[in-house]
Amino acid sequence: MRAVITVIGKDNVGILYKVSGICAEMGVNVIEVTQSVLQDMFAMIMLVDITGMNKDFAELVDGMTSLGEKLGLSIHTMHEDIFNSMHNI
Amino acid sequence: MLNVYNILETIRMIQDECLDIRTITMGISLLDCIDTDIDKACEKVYNKIVAKAGNLVATGQKIEKEYGIPIVNKRISVTPIAMLAAACPNESPVKFAKTLQRAADTCGVNFIGGYSALVHKGFSAGDEALIRSIPEALDVTQNICSSVNIGSTKSGINMDAVKIMGQIVKETAERTADRDCIGAAKLVVFCNAVEDNPFMAGAFHGVGEPDCEIHVGVSGPGVVRSALAKYPDASINELADIIKKTAFKITRMGQLVGARASDLLGVPFGIVDLSLAPTPAVGDSVAHILEEMGLEMCGTHGTTACLAMLNDAVKKGGVMASSTVGGLSGAFIPVSEDAGMIDAAVDGVLSLEKLEAMTAVCSVGLDMIAVTGDISPETISAIIADEAAIGMVNTKTTAVRLIPAIGKKAGETLEFGGLLGSAPIMAIKDKSPAKFINRGGRIPAPMHSLKN
Repeated sequence: MRAVITVIGKDNVGILYKVSGICAEMGVNVIEVTQSVLQDMFAMIMLVDITGMNKDFAELVDGMTSLGEKLGLSIHTMHEDIFNSMHNI
Repeated sequence: MLNVYNILETIRMIQDECLDIRTITMGISLLDCIDTDIDKACEKVYNKIVAKAGNLVATGQKIEKEYGIPIVNKRISVTPIAMLAAACPNESPVKFAKTLQRAADTCGVNFIGGYSALVHKGFSAGDEALIRSIPEALDVTQNICSSVNIGSTKSGINMDAVKIMGQIVKETAERTADRDCIGAAKLVVFCNAVEDNPFMAGAFHGVGEPDCEIHVGVSGPGVVRSALAKYPDASINELADIIKKTAFKITRMGQLVGARASDLLGVPFGIVDLSLAPTPAVGDSVAHILEEMGLEMCGTHGTTACLAMLNDAVKKGGVMASSTVGGLSGAFIPVSEDAGMIDAAVDGVLSLEKLEAMTAVCSVGLDMIAVTGDISPETISAIIADEAAIGMVNTKTTAVRLIPAIGKKAGETLEFGGLLGSAPIMAIKDKSPAKFINRGGRIPAPMHSLKN
């Protein structure tokens, strides 16, 4: 089972570190990261494996949302099924 | 394969274009709760609903977290209560309404629908008592919705029921006049009612349905409007294609959520209702889609044609995205719940007559329309008869949810707040249809050959 974490907002120091820190804490394995910084806008999409998670998925979502609020970023954590079902026949 | 564009598109639809799952609705059969002792029947009803739907809200919230998509309402639909009331002829059916309210409070759902009677060919035991009790039931409860089916293509229109419903709609509004006549907003009169509708106020659980199942109603007018906005010079058939593709994506979301809910709750999956259901929120309006197609304002000449195309394209796109489609499926045009419709009604461009024409080509009917408080019950009945005739002849579902604004005049507004929005009060014709309505009887079913 995999999930997608997207981070969009103003660039600052240590975003990737803090996001992956929460992943590591909860046993979530980062598979792939796409990241770009345009002027000072930061955009990252992270594909993670949640099979070995030691917490409930809702806790990961809440953890990321509150990190986003703290850093002034918009962070969404969603199960990959939503993208697969919406964009594939 | 996941790609960046698709991921960002999904997030944009949810964040900026108001995409949501409008409702997951659990349909529960109450046929096994029938008892000649009304107190026993009520206890069985309460116990069954709580046993089946106790986890509905928590499950909905879990799915919201998992997929990051809001599920705005969690609802329950039940077997038409008139069937239970039939077994207790000397008791007031309002006891059932109060029981449903108690169950709604315990489960934490937004609405329970099914305080209903099906009288399209005639009244059976329990039907008339239930219909007469609707004003009181909707007055003393908050989250209960009621519907009455008064006609069908196969049986014609029961004009005796139409006459009574005019009185009932008016009385329901009067009893809740201190709350902006909210009672009438929870009451729908149908022709060709469907048995698996997840949307309120008309949801009930038909007798042909399984014991318990999960339906999903999707939304997403904002997504369709923004998709069209990217192609200002496209031809109409190109627009239809864009709508189909967008409806496919929206419906897939509904299918995913429904399948997941059915899995978590251990209840069979019923249907996805492919609907564009607007809300009063900015950017969530069906009227604005029509305006995006090229109308200066919804309600002007050309509106019926645009709506017909929209409604058809939504169905064509959605039907492939779901394993089972049902309910009311199509574009909804509830006036008070749609920012663009409200503006058009205030401006006088969108009239009752134009709305009636629009209902011939789209989902449902005259929905959430406030009319002057001095409207006569016969005029309400006549509006119901007109709308039912459109449904009967065109083999489609039509409905009337009129709100007589007691003590108010045309040009004023009723404010409901929340999803129900605000309704500009519309003028009605002052010539009486009373003699026609008072004749009673039945309009015979139409023939379906020699079509013209």
